[in-house]
Amino acid sequence: MSDAQPIEPAAGAEWNSDKARRRVRRRYAANRRLQAYGIIAISIAVGLLGVLVASIVVTGYPAFVQTKIDLPIYVDPAKVDAEDPASGKYRSLVREALAKVVPGVPENQQRSVGKILTSDASYILRDYVVEHSDAIGKTITLPLALSDPFDQLYKGVIPKELDALSWVQVRWFERMTNRGVVAEHDGRTSLKLDVYIDPATVDAGPPPSGDFDGLARNSLQAYLPKVHDTSQFDMLANDAPAAIEKRVAADPAIVGKTVQVFFSVSLPYAALAKGEIPKITNPRFTDAQLEAFEVIEQKGLLRTPFNWELLFNADSRFPERAGLAGAITGSFYALLICFMLSFPIGIATAVYLEEFAPKNRFTDLIEVNINNLAAVPSVVFGLLGLAVFLGFFGLPRSVPLVGGMVLSLMTLPTIIITTRAALKAVPPSIREAALGVGASKHQVMMHHVLPLALPGIMTGTIIGMAQALGETAPLLLIGMNAFIPSVENMGLLEPATSLPTQIFSWADSPERGFVSRTSAAILVLLGFLLIMNVVAIALRQMFQRKW
Amino acid sequence: MLGYVLLLLIGLAVVSYFFARRRAIAAVQGKEHELHSRPSYHGAYVAAWVGIPSVLLVLVWLLLQGPVIDSLLLWSLPIGTTDGMSDGQIDLLLSEIRSVAAGNIFGEPSPVVQEAAERYQSWKFIARWAMAGVAMSVALVGLILASGRISPEFRARHGAERILSGLMIACSLIAILTTLGIVLSLLIEALRFFDRVSPVEFFFGLNWEPQIPIREGQVTAGGAFGAIPVFAGTLLIALIAMAVATPIGLYSAVYLTEYAHPKVRAVIKPVLELLAGIPTVVYGFFAVLTVAPALRQFGETIGVPIAPNSALAAGAVMGIMIIPFISSLSDDAIAAVPRAMRDGSYAMGATKGETITKVLLPAALPGIMGGVLLAVSRAIGETMIVVMAAGIIASLTANPLKPVTTVTVQIVTLLIGDSEFDNPKTLSAFALGLVLFLVTLALNVLALHIVRKYREQYE
Amino acid sequence: MDAKVEAQPTVRVQAPVVAAKKRDEASAAQHDVKLAAGGVNLWYGEKQALFDVNLEMFDRSVTALIGPSGCGKSTFLRCLDRMNDVIDGCRFEGEIRLDGDDIYAPKVDPVQLRARVGMVFQKPNPFPKSIFENVAYGPRIHGLATSKSDLEEIVINSLTKAGLYEEVKDRLDDSGISLSGGQQQRLCIARAISVNPEVLLMDEPCSALDPIATAKIETLMDELRDSLCIVIVTHSMQQAARVSQRTAFFHLGKLVEVDETSQIFTNPTDVRTQDYVTGRFG
Ligand SMILES: Nc1ncnc2c1ncn2[C@@H]1O[C@H](COP(=O)(O)OP(=O)(O)OP(=O)(O)O)[C@@H](O)[C@H]1O
Ligand SMILES: [Mg+2]
Repeated sequence: MSDAQPIEPAAGAEWNSDKARRRVRRRYAANRRLQAYGIIAISIAVGLLGVLVASIVVTGYPAFVQTKIDLPIYVDPAKVDAEDPASGKYRSLVREALAKVVPGVPENQQRSVGKILTSDASYILRDYVVEHSDAIGKTITLPLALSDPFDQLYKGVIPKELDALSWVQVRWFERMTNRGVVAEHDGRTSLKLDVYIDPATVDAGPPPSGDFDGLARNSLQAYLPKVHDTSQFDMLANDAPAAIEKRVAADPAIVGKTVQVFFSVSLPYAALAKGEIPKITNPRFTDAQLEAFEVIEQKGLLRTPFNWELLFNADSRFPERAGLAGAITGSFYALLICFMLSFPIGIATAVYLEEFAPKNRFTDLIEVNINNLAAVPSVVFGLLGLAVFLGFFGLPRSVPLVGGMVLSLMTLPTIIITTRAALKAVPPSIREAALGVGASKHQVMMHHVLPLALPGIMTGTIIGMAQALGETAPLLLIGMNAFIPSVENMGLLEPATSLPTQIFSWADSPERGFVSRTSAAILVLLGFLLIMNVVAIALRQMFQRKW
Repeated sequence: MLGYVLLLLIGLAVVSYFFARRRAIAAVQGKEHELHSRPSYHGAYVAAWVGIPSVLLVLVWLLLQGPVIDSLLLWSLPIGTTDGMSDGQIDLLLSEIRSVAAGNIFGEPSPVVQEAAERYQSWKFIARWAMAGVAMSVALVGLILASGRISPEFRARHGAERILSGLMIACSLIAILTTLGIVLSLLIEALRFFDRVSPVEFFFGLNWEPQIPIREGQVTAGGAFGAIPVFAGTLLIALIAMAVATPIGLYSAVYLTEYAHPKVRAVIKPVLELLAGIPTVVYGFFAVLTVAPALRQFGETIGVPIAPNSALAAGAVMGIMIIPFISSLSDDAIAAVPRAMRDGSYAMGATKGETITKVLLPAALPGIMGGVLLAVSRAIGETMIVVMAAGIIASLTANPLKPVTTVTVQIVTLLIGDSEFDNPKTLSAFALGLVLFLVTLALNVLALHIVRKYREQYE
Repeated sequence: MDAKVEAQPTVRVQAPVVAAKKRDEASAAQHDVKLAAGGVNLWYGEKQALFDVNLEMFDRSVTALIGPSGCGKSTFLRCLDRMNDVIDGCRFEGEIRLDGDDIYAPKVDPVQLRARVGMVFQKPNPFPKSIFENVAYGPRIHGLATSKSDLEEIVINSLTKAGLYEEVKDRLDDSGISLSGGQQQRLCIARAISVNPEVLLMDEPCSALDPIATAKIETLMDELRDSLCIVIVTHSMQQAARVSQRTAFFHLGKLVEVDETSQIFTNPTDVRTQDYVTGRFG
């Protein structure tokens, strides 16, 4: 058989043929392509992480400092009664103090200039005076937070002036210029447009009437892409309809014809045509406010100290006063409950399943349950808490006790699974040795195995706690997103909020200042998570044993 | 009060531990070796009998006290007060009574309420002291019975160990109880929902407008609980997420397992896992803060309008979150392919790329599929990203540039700040929750099954 | 090894190999050196695994590598098709010439080299694909078949030569893993010869197989030897005696002795070889 079919040895030359070489080159190229895809994929993933962190840091770091004004305030005894300092006329004291720094603000502007300070300013002053009654009759210098827009103005987060035109609008105008539609007419920059005087909408009059505005817009629209808002029609000055009306009045016969009309452009575009970059005052500020702000700035009364209030104030509706103390306390209570429940229960379950449980249908059922619980969406745990803890057992809404209970149900699988892994890692030789000297199974467990597995268990527990700290949805469902303006009467059974739900609430707030606060709160949350994970890793490293 | 009772019980248990120890030693006149069990076991045995039943009693008492007092209260109201009231109105009445009792009086409460509030106060007072009394007596009975058994022959160690085993079994049952609780609560509330809205309507209806208050009788006629658009939106967003995460995760895994230098791998792998450690609320904010505006800007540039809460933005960010799932599960699957396969392929003169695409990936496919299914289940159940970045209005569209809503978004928006379980609006959230639970459960079971099968193949 | 070998090594060498040996001696002049290793040193990280190995392997003959466990046989074998390139931290020094060309020269492409030098492993490692796809793998990646019928022909041919075709011809679409161990190993041989290699390296190909499957593979080797240079690592002295014409004895990473197989087993020059083949250590 072998003599009948010898294998032809491949001629060495064949492997060196051009074709073979090309083929090999192609194959290597495919290999490099795959490698490149891998690198691209990883770069994208890491890049996205970078973008995420960077965008949070960039928006969040300004919130770690707060612009404050050192405002000298004369606590006028005429306005504050030393007997009853709590009911003084503090609002007017603050206004007077501000007026001294920025003199000459007209009466009708004083209110708006007063908005430079935080709306809480008078309460801060009151609280100060109530505590220091000797201040009455003296001039005190109180560091007051600026209100959110001015805080951001000073930090440079928002500008004094805005570009009047968006870059799209600039491009549209450029396009019009290139088409030769822009012309000087009567000494004003104008658009020379063809207008069809539609007899359907225009009545020649006299006096002429009709939808001239619509006609003007239609004629402009012919040159521009369709968009969904009116940002294109700002290009025409207000007198655009009048320009058509004038033409119709002058010659009623043009109705039904297409005529050329010169429309003067609005001011920003006129400036643009002259080569300037048109600016407008930021609509968040009034001119009076900006003037006053400049005066304050020049007097050197502003500084930006570290924003301890961010960590030590409770929530507030004013971004400049809002802090995380309530959220941190709430999270702490919830985690405390979560730990006290899930740590012992988790260890007990893990020890039972790993060391004592007989292998039968029942323990299989428990194991399947644990594995599936680990993958149940968190919002479902929220529903469970809502229906069972609040609905059935009638526990109060929004309280850390319930939050902690729900979180502990979620962290249990994590703790059980990691504890079992830690128990498995304890070598059987130790068990055998202890059993050999006559210890009972329970004694071996309590005295030998558990202590050895403890670092692993702690690591798993901390990781579980870190997960719980970041959980949001279940807490939202049981209402742990209450507005907590004071940390004074917080407790396990008092309404509370938590760090992640606070982030959610702030992210939902319309005030611009909360954008930065939200990012800052996220940084605080990530900071806690980082610390927990570092501790977990350190524990693992420190106690990692080679058996 | 509660705290003091618990502290007292624990203190009592500690004291009885030492008490029982001393009694055990005294029973043999200090000759400890004559005891069958060491004194500390006697102590632990007695302490367990003192502490565990009484604390359990307190917990059960606490759980039942609320409902019991509520029903007593209703029962004690003058006959006819609650006639013709809906469940919600009764709840409202109860909470009014409670808040009056707590001293938060708004306006002029009716005399009936006044009276009931006083009754409520006194019952609560009685209940509290009764609880303390009963708990203490249970503890004392435990102490007397258990310490009565102390004798040199008494096998306290066995007793203590049996108690410990019992505790451990009880703890293990919590996992089952949790699952049971989830299934029952979802099922019961969902059935109440299907009482009012027909399942056909829910599963096949094309119109989802639960926020509009609907009076009874109009519910089905209005057709506002057709969940198809919600399911479709969920699928659309999950699909986008998978479209982002699968290629990135898979190619990352391929690179990390096969190409990367071990040092590079040691750095990149944890970095990718960082993505999994970031709370989802952060991703949600990232979507709102950065991704959605960037997409919008991009759309403006190319002249395509993109909604600020488009499915694309939410899905893409969810995809980022899911990358580490896919990459680490694929990584495991590829690494689990035996070395011999690689050797076989290289020995045939295959390049690395050919080995990966023609041998490793096909061999690892079941494992990768399992990972992808797990990721899909994650995507469907993910809540915060979509709550923050996706739409609330349900619309039936396959256009990723338009806003859609998802099951989880609906659950949260329907239930946030609302705990009255008597209208179809809140109940529908539980129906959605039931569907969500069943679907994710099925996906997980399937995925785990595939992965296990795959592991067995190489064992 | 066991005592049986010691008792009757020469007897066992006789029967199957005698004929082949005659043929071998008759055509000794035509036998060219197919592979030649010169001054091969190899390190795994810091640890040196091969020390200055010089060995010639002839075309159309079987060379057996024997030696105690861990002496570097597999390592040396893997040098011959540059499979060590895949291992991190492995450093090679020396030269290995295939038909006179150094395979470690920079211009040599390991991918092409491995098509010319096939390899069969200790444990059968068919891919988790169909039997057909397993054999078609090599021809496909190297582009040896221009059409589907071409490819089928190659597959059937290779399976036939590996003596497996008759057993699997009805189930070419079944998974390769569904075969028995011996069949799997023959499938791997079919896979290896599907690209017409010039050299076939076999690393303990029968150690996972029962005696009947082993016998089949040994017959197969004898047939393949007509057109190939075969290098086989084996722990079975009997197997080396049965199938090989030349035998090389490795010890502690060094090539101790190489000679005609009969010579090694009957009249070794080195005392370590003698101790090993007579089963005094190993
Ligand atoms: N990938 C590797 N990394 C590090 N050291 C290795 C590696 N492979 C083999 N070695 C070492 O090189 C030496 C030679 O190993 P090799 O596998 O070549 O021995 P062998 O002769 O084939 O043994 P056996 O008969 O048991 O298969 C051994 O000491 C082994 O520990
Ligand atoms: Mg070997």
